[in-house]
Amino acid sequence: MLALPPAPQAPARRQVFVATSLAAAAGTTLLGGMLAMWLQFRADAPLRESAKRGMIKDWMPAKIVVPEVATNMMLIGLCVVCVMAQWAVYSAKRNDRTHAGLAFGLTALFGLMVVNAQVYTWTQMGVAVNGGAFHTMFYAITGTMMVLLVSGLVFTAVAAFRYLGGRTKELEVVSANALYWYFLTAAFTALWFVVYVQK
Amino acid sequence: MTSIDTHHAAGTSAAPPAVAAWITSADHKQVGRLYAGTGLVGLLGGLVLAVLVAFERIDAEGYQLLDANSVAQVLSAARLLLTFGAVAPLLLGIAVAVVPLQLGARSLALPRLAAGGYWMWLTGLGLAVASIIANGGPGGGSSDMVDLYVLGTIVMAGGLIMTATSVATSVLTSRAPGMGLLRAPMFSWSALVGSVTLILALPVFIGTSIYLYVDHKYARAAFGGNVGISDWAGWALSQPFTYLLAIPALGMVLDIVPVMGRTKLAQRSAANVAIGIVSVSVLATVTQSTVSLPWDGEKFFDNLGDKIADLLPWGLLTVVPLLGVLGVLGLSGLTLKNGKPRVAAPLVFAMHGLLTILLGVAANVLGSIDDAGLRGSIFEAGTYVAITFGTVTIAFGALCYWGPKLWGRRISDKAALPLGLLALLATALGSIPYMIAGFADQPAGALDGFSYEGPQELWNALTTAGFALMLLTTLAFVALALKSFTSGEAAGDDPWDGQTLEWATSSPPPADNFSDLVVVGSATPLADLKSNTNGKDA
Repeated sequence: MLALPPAPQAPARRQVFVATSLAAAAGTTLLGGMLAMWLQFRADAPLRESAKRGMIKDWMPAKIVVPEVATNMMLIGLCVVCVMAQWAVYSAKRNDRTHAGLAFGLTALFGLMVVNAQVYTWTQMGVAVNGGAFHTMFYAITGTMMVLLVSGLVFTAVAAFRYLGGRTKELEVVSANALYWYFLTAAFTALWFVVYVQK
Repeated sequence: MTSIDTHHAAGTSAAPPAVAAWITSADHKQVGRLYAGTGLVGLLGGLVLAVLVAFERIDAEGYQLLDANSVAQVLSAARLLLTFGAVAPLLLGIAVAVVPLQLGARSLALPRLAAGGYWMWLTGLGLAVASIIANGGPGGGSSDMVDLYVLGTIVMAGGLIMTATSVATSVLTSRAPGMGLLRAPMFSWSALVGSVTLILALPVFIGTSIYLYVDHKYARAAFGGNVGISDWAGWALSQPFTYLLAIPALGMVLDIVPVMGRTKLAQRSAANVAIGIVSVSVLATVTQSTVSLPWDGEKFFDNLGDKIADLLPWGLLTVVPLLGVLGVLGLSGLTLKNGKPRVAAPLVFAMHGLLTILLGVAANVLGSIDDAGLRGSIFEAGTYVAITFGTVTIAFGALCYWGPKLWGRRISDKAALPLGLLALLATALGSIPYMIAGFADQPAGALDGFSYEGPQELWNALTTAGFALMLLTTLAFVALALKSFTSGEAAGDDPWDGQTLEWATSSPPPADNFSDLVVVGSATPLADLKSNTNGKDA
């Protein structure tokens, strides 16, 4: 009978954290690919005369106005979410359940604020989904971002319930939650610049 | 140092699972079996459609079996089933089942993610196929069904990403103590590389499909409606995306060859590199790089700097994967030369599959040169067939090899051996005539109404025969696998005199794979243990 030498106690494997990293990589190529196609369509758009800027690409219809306060607040809100998620990690590592709970709550609150700002942006812009190429692509890419944001909120809820429910030693889920929000912030920064700033 | 037994006592294997257990199980062997079994069914379906398509091409005047309205759908259904219904699940399924055993792990990392991925993939594939049947799919006439097709492919790709994430996480986090990443068995290494490339490439497909879905459902303003689906998302059913699916197959070859050659793998580090560099095709997949070579006759040296700058990305994205496959072939040959090979079904399948993948990858290098004039011709179908059938052939070999670990019984080697030869013949017949017809300008995607210089009927008849032969080979293999599954010869724990950890546990392995964690000190822990034991005995 074959026998192999026994192993010592296995170290923590951080499976959730690694899987979240891979998910973040997947999300990066998802949004990266969509942004690349957006840029390609914009580059291929014909030129039109703009009263303020001369000849510009006829991509976003002239009558559509981006509510910049809301979109900028989304970006700022996501930065705050990162701080809160990292605070949750900091508190959890010190076994400070009170502050960890507060941090989770604020993470979710600011996450919801971003979701709310996205819905507000959709309603204010008044883009009809059947209006043309810009319209469908706008909803496709911002809708995808919204799905990723909602996934982040679900992730935060799961991490919070697990931690506050007593699994205080499983810190990797808390860290993975923070990592996911870092990814979302980076992804939204790119989307914000291409879709809302460069238009 | 004390030793512990990695082998479970007899009788600890779980009883055959009920249907509910099959559906809800997160045991990686079970999920792997589900993936592989469904992949074989998908392969049969894809091959039947491929035979129909090839048959219609023999006579370019009028349709014999299909009608003009369904041509595009049948073509896309055949590709969809072969790529995402057969190759992807076969390779991922074997990885899900075998990789944790190779790593010395008690389970797959995040096993429910892998199981959920399987059901999501199956649901998406089912929706996509059902939509094609109901006049959807690329070029389909029913608007709702076209939407359903796109939605189905998104769900299907999402499922594959979930399972690939589970496999990659396993290799990254669940290796036995002492097993560094470069000590991991070649199949595990290739499963990691292949999974990560899928995780990076498939989201681009999903993103494109989301655009297609929203645009097709609401406006049809940007992507060309139902016809545009193939233009925008068709890259996932062609080269170099198929390379990504073939990467785990290269690792299978490099695990099978040393065991069948009764020696250790030659130049192991080079093998890691060879598999790794095939993964650069993930960049080619998302950029679709082609090149116009500077074949300008007397003006060859004009603007040479620009021409070289054009060549570099093409060389990186198209030629480098070829070097990787050549490296795997060279290392396999060197290993066999160093050993005392035994002619067994896994080796025959593996080498034949590898040769045909090499043919496909090399042909694609030629096909990506604009000046060769092969763009838009049937040549691409020839390269696709070579790579796809080659990958499937290696998967057959892997099922023969790891069958004992998947279901506890061996596939009859004597009966499977001829199928390895038939698979090679089928792939050659199915691919090379298409490549020749491509040079004669037979158009891709057309089954009717074309003509070109050359013996059109002969090339297309040969291809039809090749597809039919592959269908028969697959049917015979499935019959052998079923016979083995139900009443095959019971396999010992280590029927091939293996070198890696999966052969240190029982066949089939118990629910938690190993009775205890083990520490490994080399890339071939079992082979080293055997040689040490033999040395002491002597």
